[in-house]
Amino acid sequence: MSRPTGDRSPRALVGGAPRATYVLRFDGRGLTAESGQSIAAVLWNAGILAWRTTREGGAPRGAFCGIGSCYDCLVTVNGRPNQRACLVPARAGDTVTTQEGTGRADLAV
Amino acid sequence: MPTSPSDPSSPERAVSGPAVPDLAVVGAGPAGLAAAVTAARLGLRVALLDAGERPGGQFYRRPAPGLGAERPEALHHQWAAFATREAALRAHESAGRITYLPAHHVWTVVPDGGRWTLHAVAGPEERSVTLRASSVLLATGAYERQLPFPGWTLPGVVGAGGAQAMLKGGLVLPGKRVVVAGSGPLLLAVAGSLAAAGATVPAVVEAASYTAYAGRLPALLRNPGKLAEGAAYGSALLRHGVRLLTRHAVTEAHGRGRVEAVTVARLDGDWRPLPGTGRRIPCDAVAVGHGLVPQLELATALGCATRPGADGTVALELDAGQRTSVPGIWSAGETGGIGGAELALTEGELAAFSLAGRPAPAALVRRRARLRAFAGAMAAAHRPGEGWTGWLREDTDVCRCEEVPAGRIRQATRDLGARDARTVKLLTRAGMGWCQGRMCGPAVAALAGETSSAAGAAPDRRPLSCPVPLRHLAELPQDPH
Ligand SMILES: Cc1cc2nc3c(=O)[nH]c(=O)nc-3n(C[C@H](O)[C@H](O)[C@H](O)COP(=O)(O)OP(=O)(O)OC[C@H]3O[C@@H](n4cnc5c(N)ncnc54)[C@H](O)[C@@H]3O)c2cc1C
Ligand code: FES
Repeated sequence: MSRPTGDRSPRALVGGAPRATYVLRFDGRGLTAESGQSIAAVLWNAGILAWRTTREGGAPRGAFCGIGSCYDCLVTVNGRPNQRACLVPARAGDTVTTQEGTGRADLAV
Repeated sequence: MPTSPSDPSSPERAVSGPAVPDLAVVGAGPAGLAAAVTAARLGLRVALLDAGERPGGQFYRRPAPGLGAERPEALHHQWAAFATREAALRAHESAGRITYLPAHHVWTVVPDGGRWTLHAVAGPEERSVTLRASSVLLATGAYERQLPFPGWTLPGVVGAGGAQAMLKGGLVLPGKRVVVAGSGPLLLAVAGSLAAAGATVPAVVEAASYTAYAGRLPALLRNPGKLAEGAAYGSALLRHGVRLLTRHAVTEAHGRGRVEAVTVARLDGDWRPLPGTGRRIPCDAVAVGHGLVPQLELATALGCATRPGADGTVALELDAGQRTSVPGIWSAGETGGIGGAELALTEGELAAFSLAGRPAPAALVRRRARLRAFAGAMAAAHRPGEGWTGWLREDTDVCRCEEVPAGRIRQATRDLGARDARTVKLLTRAGMGWCQGRMCGPAVAALAGETSSAAGAAPDRRPLSCPVPLRHLAELPQDPH
């Protein structure tokens, strides 16, 4: 357990390798996704912490609660707005775009 | 609904199967999973619904199978307790005793002629699903309590449990240098996992003082396992060079576009920041949480009675058999008061015995009493002091969804006479957004001068436990009362 910091990573901790990796498009950029990761995890892995702006202040936001309760991580996936990035699994071929304001919500509450 | 891509004409799918199950369990965390497999073993037909894709809830969250982790248990304590129950779940599923429905978010439970009907949205397509059952066990767990501070909406400030969930589930970290802050024993676990996974944790900033435990030695001494767990976390932190600052809080996060540093200040006994004690710690992420809040909306919508907890949250009032005050509705785990995974497993099993009409094994009853005593001691030690609002600035957003700053909430209480969170909500829209007050509820209540010891300490009432496509609401039968 006394390995230097450089060797420590989530992957080193749990071992193994993803079954597949693929590219997810985010605002025109290609990001590497490992099969099974949520969209939020793919974005965090690429060092991206914000992928929407708020309705009032236009402030940047990303994942906060990580478990689907805060709705701060809303994102547009394949043209469908208001998806919780922390819950939605990333799939090969997905196109994710920054969501501005309401993303034209059809939310009932 | 032009902007809804899902097909509004898709028929409602009923999954009640050939026979109405004896029991529907909502939540497949430690409590719900233990309850479902024990009830199935005792002969009940069970439907187990969970919003998540895999069983395990918050504690036993693990990498998705596609991530190919060889040692998922490296991120967990007590993995075997989960593995045996998951194996039992699969066996009961094959034998047709349990119908397991992952990715089913139950948004309401309604009485239905002596039985219950559960309404859920299923899968990414948000399909509407209904299910009937003779009795219901609510094991919906908890979410994190968040107390706002200036800068807490900056990207890079994330929930402590949220960071843990993202690490366990997606093998990712929010940053390289992560300050862990807030209050409660979860912080130690989170700091330990982040450090083990390669993050530098310059400090764990704990608002309470661990000496608060000293007055509660009896409960601690009855829980040697918990002490050992604490010691294990402590030594892991030491090994990774993590500093534990008690009686301190992050009073501001700094950065443009994302976190670059935090100010950490000393607190007095009431959690009021002491002037002149602030110092900056550079970091690129902050994992913050001030304990957990029982998730009760399904229960309170059914009218289940609640009680105030020692940590200032509201939990369900349950009897020795885990029954709520509403006949036919049981509950187990964090919904009955925050107490950890081991207690959740114990209560799930107890609930199953009572649901099956069997006497509870004495060892289970004793274990619950011991763990509840420990939970009570912990809850009291980490209850937020009233002075925490001293670190809010007038322009600090309290409600993240509706972007309502502290100043506007204070104005509502000072100038417009609001005395409770409900009135503040109506006047300011704080708590009316997407999350329905889950993130700002405790903070708004504190700013409105509500204390949980007050008689009016009722949990937030949310009509639905998650946003529901309007077309599903339209399908709901009229109020059966
Ligand atoms: C974000 C987070 C991270 C945590 N991390 C740790 C940790 O690392 N270590 C630790 O000791 N403790 C941790 N905890 C505490 C831990 O959750 C509990 O000790 C334990 O998991 C409680 O078990 P439970 O079964 O009561 O609830 P949970 O494990 O929370 O399970 C509740 C389940 O119910 C489901 N659910 C909720 N509402 C609905 C609904 N309406 N419809 C369908 N399903 C629903 C959820 O998806 C979840 O699977 C964490 C808590 C949170 C909130
Ligand atoms: S991060 Fe809170 S809902 Fe996704």
